[in-house]
Amino acid sequence: MTLERRTFLAGSGAAASLALIGPSLMAQIPGNKKLLFIIQRGAADGLAQLAPVGDPAFAALRQKFVEEAQQGSKLNDIFALHPSLKKMAGLYKNRQAVFVHATASAYRDRSHFDGQNVLETGGARAYTLKSGWLNRLADQLVASKKPASALAIGDGLPMALRGDFAAASFKPNNRSAPKDDFIDRVNRLYGDDQILAGNLQKALQVNAMAGESRAIGKRDAAGLGQLTAKLMRGQQGANIAMIESSGWDLHAQAQFRMRVQLDRLDTLVDAYRLGMSSEWKDTLIIIATEFGRSAAINGTLGTDHGTGGMMYMLGGAVKGGQVITDWPGLKAANLLDQRDLRPTLSQEAVISDSVAAHFGLEPDKTRQNLFPHAMGRLNIPQIIA
Amino acid sequence: MIAAQIAANRFGLGAVVRVKNGADVKNDLKRQLRDFDPRPDVLAALPNTEDVSRLTGEYLDGLRAQGVIGDMPVNDSAITPQEKRKRAAELQKHIRKFFGKSAREFYLKAVNARLETAVESKTDFAERLVHFWANHFAISVDKPLISGFAGLHEFEAIRPHVMGKFADLLRSAVLHPGMLLYLDQVQSIGAQSRLALAVNRPRRKRKLGLNENLAREILELHTLGVNGGYNQSDVTAFANALTGWTVSGLSRGAVARALNIDNSYGQPVFVNALHQPGPARVMGKAYAAKSRQQSIDILDDLARHPATANHIAQKLAQHFYGDNPPDTLVKRLRDDFANNDGDLQSLYAVLIDSPELWQAPASKFKTPWEWTISIMRAFPDNQLTGRLPANLLRSMNHIPWRPGSPAGYGDKDADWISPDALYKRVQYANLLAVRLKGTDDIQDIAEKLFPATLSNTTRVEIARAASPRQALALLLVSPEFLRR
Repeated sequence: MTLERRTFLAGSGAAASLALIGPSLMAQIPGNKKLLFIIQRGAADGLAQLAPVGDPAFAALRQKFVEEAQQGSKLNDIFALHPSLKKMAGLYKNRQAVFVHATASAYRDRSHFDGQNVLETGGARAYTLKSGWLNRLADQLVASKKPASALAIGDGLPMALRGDFAAASFKPNNRSAPKDDFIDRVNRLYGDDQILAGNLQKALQVNAMAGESRAIGKRDAAGLGQLTAKLMRGQQGANIAMIESSGWDLHAQAQFRMRVQLDRLDTLVDAYRLGMSSEWKDTLIIIATEFGRSAAINGTLGTDHGTGGMMYMLGGAVKGGQVITDWPGLKAANLLDQRDLRPTLSQEAVISDSVAAHFGLEPDKTRQNLFPHAMGRLNIPQIIA
Repeated sequence: MIAAQIAANRFGLGAVVRVKNGADVKNDLKRQLRDFDPRPDVLAALPNTEDVSRLTGEYLDGLRAQGVIGDMPVNDSAITPQEKRKRAAELQKHIRKFFGKSAREFYLKAVNARLETAVESKTDFAERLVHFWANHFAISVDKPLISGFAGLHEFEAIRPHVMGKFADLLRSAVLHPGMLLYLDQVQSIGAQSRLALAVNRPRRKRKLGLNENLAREILELHTLGVNGGYNQSDVTAFANALTGWTVSGLSRGAVARALNIDNSYGQPVFVNALHQPGPARVMGKAYAAKSRQQSIDILDDLARHPATANHIAQKLAQHFYGDNPPDTLVKRLRDDFANNDGDLQSLYAVLIDSPELWQAPASKFKTPWEWTISIMRAFPDNQLTGRLPANLLRSMNHIPWRPGSPAGYGDKDADWISPDALYKRVQYANLLAVRLKGTDDIQDIAEKLFPATLSNTTRVEIARAASPRQALALLLVSPEFLRR
């Protein structure tokens, strides 16, 4: 099989030049760079999110899904973005979105939990590293004399943020805050217990920042986007944050639920973009999943666990309007194990080099720190502007 | 005294007001294993799987009739917009009625019954084991279709077998309708099965076929563990062997009639017409084509595999000791599992007799479920079976039978002790302090609950509290109460 490098570039010229003026002027001021990582738990289907409608083998594999895929925004000769991703299509036009396809981590089996562990720890295999790459990134920023403050928004601290660096977590809720007097007493109560005392302190800091925005509904994607922006804006805000998005494991009757999932993701990103306001230009959003899904739909109008998938690189900080892929094609002979999209780009390398460029860190050192097994040159167009 | 406190909190679900300094704590834990009641009245009074299945089956029939699921082709162009809207509205009504009321009602009843059983139990060590196994074989109402089955899976499939052999527990847990639905087994059909050969035609867009979900999770989560040495071909072969297993009564349509599926509701049934014929090779062993028995034979061998013994030993040790259990403890459990054919009572006896569990300080951070149950047990004057406990658990991300994945809820400190999670407990301690009754002398209650380990810091803060309520709130978030 020959792998021809085909990098697809698209985007309207007018929109692009407009977008270029803003950042280049603002770039004079050393901004506080922001990184938001959204993990799609459950193996989000890359071939549904960014459908290779121009690949001749696509229709036979995806059958009943093809019609909807063709209704999406055509980004180039091959790829169409899912029709539910309306705002993302806008970002792409405005050169603030890069999509990476046929990508995967080093993980080659098909367990969600191991796959997520690899994606979050940055290990070559599951459970070999005990800390998460976002946590080590925060440590590296500190070592490079840069500001670092890391926050998980959601249910507790995900693996990617666990480690030596003291990351905080915040879950939106609408209960009234305990009185200061009580908090003082609890602080004294934890005098002998460093873990409890430290965690309580962190929780108090984040709560103070969120203020009234902390009361949002569970399904309120826009509210979550606004809240996240609020917790990240300004010098006081976190410059590394993570959101966990679940519900992507669509083994059966996937079409309707995929629409709902993507609509929420689209809404979340858009609300976050608005919330970041002038700091959007310094922002990088990475959206990634543990692995892709089987190339063909299964007997239950869904897909099973696969390998190659796609990821999103969004924000004012990216050189948008590109689909970056070394597209392996969907012909039966080109599929991995005769069933999955063959990954041709290292997810770790893309993440690491982008993050290094974004924060102004030395790329090799960053790779060594975040994804020690994924060394080697990455020959793709620049993602960070 | 320290032993009695460990028995109540580490083994049990929390002391009931006073830790009793009985003559032989270990014998009392063993008594609990003998006295365990798999079907206490409060659980026996619940609707059973047949009731829930009938309701779910009728719901699915409704969807099928509307062309939302199933084989009926819907020709969009032939339907007027009005007709479309009408159908959509009817469907909405149907869905709301089903999930808003019936299935949700079953689910909430089951949650309350589980709470009540745990809070009032005199065999709470055994109840802890039920919770452990239900989480090991987790199903999740994240999939709304199984809302009604979630509790029944624990009550009907787990409870009767927690004192038996692991092989029986495994078979019962993975072949229960709740699991067959949760992990898509009811939709998995052998590609060369009679049904698939009859229905799959080249031009047909939707082909019936295999779904590997259940097979993979049995290998990875329920038996061998992720490093248990299986590969993709084991998963596929096992998935093929499992085809045929489905739930009776979920389909009343033409296909079900043609296949002559058992007329009952909610029974796990094996339908030969769905089964992939032929031998299967799993973990290096060949299994001859024997229809239903083929999958049973594989399950039985998986239950007895050394990797399974190791996996179960690790998980149990972690549950009782903490994040990093000593190798001696894990090995002792693993050997017992292997030597006694997965006899679970024998395994629990090893736990009770393991010195490591009687030495370590209380270091495991209670899950929100454990924290809530231990509060309700410590203050038995309260009727907390209304909405409050369920609401508490929801806010603390520990809703019964609703983990985010088939791996169940995490069982490490880091899963529960994050800053925000801790803050929530502080919030709820305040809320509970206002609601709880029978809390007059908190200083006295604290001494009785933790006779061996109450720290001077906690003692002083409780004594200095501005009000009895504040004293209670402080007790609930004290390090002693948060850990077991």
